[in-house]
Amino acid sequence: MNLPFSVPAADRRLLPEGRFAGPMPWVIAIMMFLTVLAGAGGLGLRRAADGLVSSIGERLTVQIVDANPEFREAQARIAIAALTRQNGVLAVTRVSDEEMQAMLGRLLGEGGAEAELPVPAMIDVDLSPAAYQRRDAIAASIRDVAPSARIDDNATWLSPLANLLGSLKWLALALVVLMTWATAAAVVLAARGALDTHRGTIEVMHLMGATDVQVARLFQRRIALDALFGGAVGFVAAFIVLVGIGSRVGEVGSELVGSAGLAAIDRLLLFALPVAGIALATLVARMTVLRALRKML
Amino acid sequence: MQFDNVGLRYGTGAETLSDVSFTLRAGGFYFLTGPSGAGKTSLLKLIYLAQRPSRGLIRLFGEDVVTMPRERLPGFRRRIGVVFQDFRLVRHLSAFDNVALPLRVAGVEDRDLQQPVREMLAWVGLSDRASARPATLSGGEQQRVAIARAVIGRPDMLVADEPTGNVDPEMAARLLHLFDALNKLGTTLVVATHDIHLLTRIGRAEMMRLDRGMLSDPTGILRYPPRRAEAAADSAQ
Repeated sequence: MNLPFSVPAADRRLLPEGRFAGPMPWVIAIMMFLTVLAGAGGLGLRRAADGLVSSIGERLTVQIVDANPEFREAQARIAIAALTRQNGVLAVTRVSDEEMQAMLGRLLGEGGAEAELPVPAMIDVDLSPAAYQRRDAIAASIRDVAPSARIDDNATWLSPLANLLGSLKWLALALVVLMTWATAAAVVLAARGALDTHRGTIEVMHLMGATDVQVARLFQRRIALDALFGGAVGFVAAFIVLVGIGSRVGEVGSELVGSAGLAAIDRLLLFALPVAGIALATLVARMTVLRALRKML
Repeated sequence: MQFDNVGLRYGTGAETLSDVSFTLRAGGFYFLTGPSGAGKTSLLKLIYLAQRPSRGLIRLFGEDVVTMPRERLPGFRRRIGVVFQDFRLVRHLSAFDNVALPLRVAGVEDRDLQQPVREMLAWVGLSDRASARPATLSGGEQQRVAIARAVIGRPDMLVADEPTGNVDPEMAARLLHLFDALNKLGTTLVVATHDIHLLTRIGRAEMMRLDRGMLSDPTGILRYPPRRAEAAADSAQ
């Protein structure tokens, strides 16, 4: 198959309209803009969901809620020692008193944080996947040595959020597919319109012995150039928006929101979208024109 | 080219052409006459493969073109030059590019078609109008461009529908001279015309007449099988 741009210069004049005439390049630009945004959203959400699960999805949080500070401290030390001895425990991190005070300060205000509240001792426990499977046994062993321990599985409260992120990710993918379909439909309409406009020229070319492929090459080149222009404009616009959103995300400072960034491979995938769009538009134009020409003698 | 009991019907209407049978020998010169609405243009469309018949057999260059797959038609069409009654010039192309079109379709490189196109334009007296668009050309000039476009590729067969209808007698004589020269070089010519004077200018030309879609044959030489051949066979016996 010849490349869509490999049409001799003189033959290009056979279709008279100026380049980028009509709404087609701008329709493709809008479609590409929305497709890249949807794609970036989907990829960011996937990365956020993966990061969420890998960072805290296999984590237990142990709270020692004894009101007596001495008993609480003693049970915390015993629980940490017991956890450290367990196989598959990757990290045992005691949340420091300063962090607890700061957290309470954000929740209760500065006055509340200074009150004589019985603040529980909190311990984050990161488990290997194998150890996470026997989390109930690990929890029981902690309760044996620290009776006032409450053990929360982070996945329990994380699950609805992970499900939401997963749904949003699939929604973004569906949007990309729908946008691609809409772009293809727009190309089909544009190709049919162009065929009708140039029917006289096509008939004359046919009667002079032009093959369907020769005629189709003219149209696919035109559509490819429109798609190239529209794809570039749409991608650049979407890139600018994504850079703006990225800087806002950085300002939020949330671990969850911040994890929704794009890796190099994601950026590469986004860059592939306009390239794939050009290829798709060219292919659809070629198929549409060839199918229409087959109905002519 | 051979037509055998060919009929043509557009849609569900009456037959535009009925039981048309004739043979055109390679290198022959044929005039097609008949009143308006007799079916001349329809018959020419069948000849230059713009239309398939509703029935009957058409053989061109030794092959059945009625059942031929459409993918093979371009190769045959390149061997036929056509002068359309309404010229059908591509309106956004210059006279030069219109004349060059058959060569470009055939894959001739741009640098190789400059000289033949300019020579052809000079021959039809349009050298100074090479860059003019059809809309700025007179009817006669458009017709000459159409004729130049039809003959530029040295076709095996030239089909012309009223080729002298819009030109003055002097230009008509020049065009007929061109057709004559092409015919002498081996090109088969089929010219549809109302011009009675044209019919007498080429002594060796044969004539077929269409009337209400039927081929009436005043000379008797064009029927298939030809009467002349039948007569020759009869006399030989």
